[in-house]
Amino acid sequence: MIGDFLVLLLFVFVLAIFVGFEVITKVPPTLHTPLMSGANAISGITIVGSLACMQMGNSFFASTFGFLAVVMATVNVVGGFMVTDRMLKMFGSKAKR
Amino acid sequence: MHTSLEAGIAYLVATALFIFGLKKLSKVRTARRGNQMAAVGMLLAIATTLLETGNLSWPGLVVGVLLGAAIGGWLSQKVEMTGMPELVAMFNGVGGGASMLVALSLFWRLYLTSPEASEGLAASEAAGMGGIWAVTVFLSILIGSITLTGSLVAMGKLSGKVSGNPILLPNRHLISIALGAGAILVGLLAGFGASGAMAATLLILLALIAGALGVLVVIPIGGADMPVVVSLLNSYSGIAASMAGFVIANPLLITAGALVGASGLILTNLMCKAMNRSLANVLIGGFGGDEVSGDARDYTNVKSASPEEAAMILESAGSVIFIPGYGMAVAQAQHVVKEMGEELERRGADVRYAIHPVAGRMPGHMNVLLAESDVPYEQLFELERINNDFKNTDVAIIVGANDVVNPSAIEDPQSPIAGMPILNAHESQTVLMIKRSLSPGYAGIRNPLFERDNTLMCFGDGKAFLQETLTELKEA
Repeated sequence: MIGDFLVLLLFVFVLAIFVGFEVITKVPPTLHTPLMSGANAISGITIVGSLACMQMGNSFFASTFGFLAVVMATVNVVGGFMVTDRMLKMFGSKAKR
Repeated sequence: MHTSLEAGIAYLVATALFIFGLKKLSKVRTARRGNQMAAVGMLLAIATTLLETGNLSWPGLVVGVLLGAAIGGWLSQKVEMTGMPELVAMFNGVGGGASMLVALSLFWRLYLTSPEASEGLAASEAAGMGGIWAVTVFLSILIGSITLTGSLVAMGKLSGKVSGNPILLPNRHLISIALGAGAILVGLLAGFGASGAMAATLLILLALIAGALGVLVVIPIGGADMPVVVSLLNSYSGIAASMAGFVIANPLLITAGALVGASGLILTNLMCKAMNRSLANVLIGGFGGDEVSGDARDYTNVKSASPEEAAMILESAGSVIFIPGYGMAVAQAQHVVKEMGEELERRGADVRYAIHPVAGRMPGHMNVLLAESDVPYEQLFELERINNDFKNTDVAIIVGANDVVNPSAIEDPQSPIAGMPILNAHESQTVLMIKRSLSPGYAGIRNPLFERDNTLMCFGDGKAFLQETLTELKEA
């Protein structure tokens, strides 16, 4: 049962990689930097894991690591999306002309 | 970890938003909305997790989120566009670091708070997981830690705090192999041999070893190879998130991480192709740097031009192509380049920009700088689309680029860069090469373009030279 579940997760992993390749292949070079920083912000999804680490009754190390993980992941998520938006705003302003 | 149906569906919606967001990010018109969609997906995922996870220790959580948001928000607003590569490298690093810490934190909680868990692998079975789970803990810490320290070194190199030249330690390959073997050994010990407390301590050791490995992997790689390194670390940060997803059994992390892993790999591959080098060749490092051969600075028949002369040539030019390189970023010359482009257009010239895929220090670096200075993106052309047009072009203006316009790549099969795709600037009527000196570029080789009959070397700081030329041109 547990084994089945892990295999299922592996399926998800491999299929998601294929989806990633399909979705991203056609990005024009102009957008490479925003794509990278946007994708980077998405990889900050690990914030979900870090929040779940902040549980009561944790040992000292578990809560310290959890706290640091929350800070780092939030920097990644908030900074990543905001900086990408800032860049794309510059690209967008010229599309209107 | 147990997930309710409602939470599971919310995570699924978040995944869909990420995929749609990435898809929209691939078109200029929709890119901004794509990024916003992904951000909404992230918000949904975070809210769901907060509602779903019971027994949260709120004070620490709130402080952590506020602190992280303040740092991230502040950095994202104050960064100069020229400093973007460093910032992206840093965000990659903290993302990887967070994934590593998630695995460490969960391990410490599971193994030290459940009394029945005393043996490493036996414990993971007691926790209802199994051997594969232990492997994902290992990978999450390994990849996450490599991403963290590797990105910090890359950031140091990009910002100039660490030398951009390859730093070659003696026996570095041996040290790397030893560290890799040590990491695997520590991982095996933690997984099979050690008791709970010992295993958890060993995992911290693993994080430290992987951290050293990350430094060692990036430090021999020189500045101009940074586009490859930054893309690769981007991919790693995704894979690390995926592995953390296995650790906490959350498909959302696995999917989102895999998407990013794939996108980073695509960019890595594109960057390698643009330099005609394999990934292995880049990672082994030591390319260029101090291996400058003696004749790299010997040129005969170099003609130089003053800003007045450059302005005279541009005055009558009907078609002009700008070729920006890393030097433009260093000199912060993107704004004056754009002004020059506008002045030339006003005089009736056809103005375009040719962007080499590895110009600058990360994929798309030049595009961001030119977008910042308001150059319409319709004027930016990639290598394949513009290379045949140089022969019908009056003037090519090279601003701070060198190796990407070196004709040796196509003319000299013995050249270290033979076969690398270059911009055929040398085919244009006149080449204005704005550069500080005749020093070689990153590859450390001669650039015969300097002494071509149709080349005029414009010595000086890119920004200052263009400014003076522009003033002359406006008066003409």
